Amino acid sequence: MDWLNTIIRTFFDFGAMAEVLPQLLGVGLLNTLIISIAATLLGTVLGMVVAVMGISPSKWLRVPARIYTDLFRGLPAILTILLIGQGFARLSQSIFGPSPYPLGIIALSLIASAYIGEIFRAGILSVDKGQGEACRALGMSYAKSMALVVVPQGVRRVLPALVNQFIAIVKDSSLVYFLGLLVSERELFRVGQDAAVLSGNLSPLVAAGVFYLVITVPLTHLVNYFDNKFRTGRRRPAAPTSGLKEVKELDAASPLTTGSNT
Amino acid sequence: MNLPTTAAHNAAADAPTFHGSSLELRNLTMAYGDINVLRDVSLTVAPGTTTCIIGPSGSGKSTLLRGINRLHEPKSGEVLLAGESTLRANPDTLRTRIGMVFQHFNLFPDHTALENVALALWSVKGMPKAQAMERARRRLAEVGLAERADHRPRDLSGGQQQRVAIARALAMEPEVMLFDEATSALDPELVKGVLNLMAGLGRRGMTMLVVTHEMGFARRVADQVVFMDEGEVVEAGTPAQLFDNPRSERLQRFLSEVL
Repeated sequence: MDWLNTIIRTFFDFGAMAEVLPQLLGVGLLNTLIISIAATLLGTVLGMVVAVMGISPSKWLRVPARIYTDLFRGLPAILTILLIGQGFARLSQSIFGPSPYPLGIIALSLIASAYIGEIFRAGILSVDKGQGEACRALGMSYAKSMALVVVPQGVRRVLPALVNQFIAIVKDSSLVYFLGLLVSERELFRVGQDAAVLSGNLSPLVAAGVFYLVITVPLTHLVNYFDNKFRTGRRRPAAPTSGLKEVKELDAASPLTTGSNT
Repeated sequence: MNLPTTAAHNAAADAPTFHGSSLELRNLTMAYGDINVLRDVSLTVAPGTTTCIIGPSGSGKSTLLRGINRLHEPKSGEVLLAGESTLRANPDTLRTRIGMVFQHFNLFPDHTALENVALALWSVKGMPKAQAMERARRRLAEVGLAERADHRPRDLSGGQQQRVAIARALAMEPEVMLFDEATSALDPELVKGVLNLMAGLGRRGMTMLVVTHEMGFARRVADQVVFMDEGEVVEAGTPAQLFDNPRSERLQRFLSEVL
């Protein structure tokens, strides 16, 4: 069973895994989470701006949003990360210092915002047109009707899609290593790769992979759970009531139908 | 004739008595793209009266209502609310003076009945939230829904939802109410309740424009009935004139189909 031994030594060298575990936990996982969460938050804010621009009645807002989305959605993530990470290195140095970490987060959030913008846009457009009309008929401005009624409904509908986007960002965060991170800034993939070089087998990378799955798999299931919940909705369970009861109730309780003529 | 009254609302907050304004349409023409769906419609609605608009589908009834509060901008013509041009007014301000009730209620699903009524009070009228809630609660009680104030629309029947929608529009203290087939989506046993509610508004001085397929309601409640077909007013007059003595062949045919 030579080949089995080879496989075990290559992928499942538990000694090498144990050795890299503290670093994966203390450095890798921490940085992956920081990068992913920061990029998601920034990307969500940018994405909302892009989405609102994208559905604006003004083409001066719509067209730039379209170009932005096409650009960042159409380029490979690695290319965007390298162009931004290296292209703005000097500018970044004067603001954030020598670390490429902030630029990596920004590049990831630009990519994410293009996708999130499309998710939000689809969500907002899926809201029944009558909602906006009801708002406008009450005298609300376009901006108010969007902010108070239409956008919140749209966003709620796309929460599952947003979690999917977060999962994509977690995976893409590994690409930031191309910018050359400091030792303390390494994320899961880089920690695993460095350890793999030392141990001479791929087991540390397998361990890193397990950590990615630990983040992403529960989230995927959480998405399905929420998706179901939102679809079926929070409905108060109520016993069926006869419409005739309502007729009686209305006859009894409506001062507008009685009273004096004025 | 219409008196250029600026409606006084002081009493309306406490007693459900309304001060409807006059409404006048002069040669109103509306289009979707290049197609005129409303041609040269002229109509006078006296303050505090109810006008029912009847006619087959596609006759431009809904479009007419949407032109009055400018949810759809008219192409030409003039609309006067209390003698003032609506087309020169700020559309948002104009719409606070005109209440609208939709066929499919269009309640905000993630707001309770109370919040549905209160939302525009604080966000448009700038009322303090507590006061808006208080006013909303009273308006809901007036349509018989005091008990249901904290229910969301999905937990209400169609009739209850439509009554919330009416309370929501009334809370803004409008001078005119537009009803766009307000009972068409209701279960049959709930239609009468909502129609009675609307009739009550009319008796209390609200100016109402009601697009409806309820011929009984039009005959009983309307001061004026307007029959539209293919984007034009074919015939207008008292319910007795239109229902008992229809002059145009198109109205005769329409009535023979629906009565």
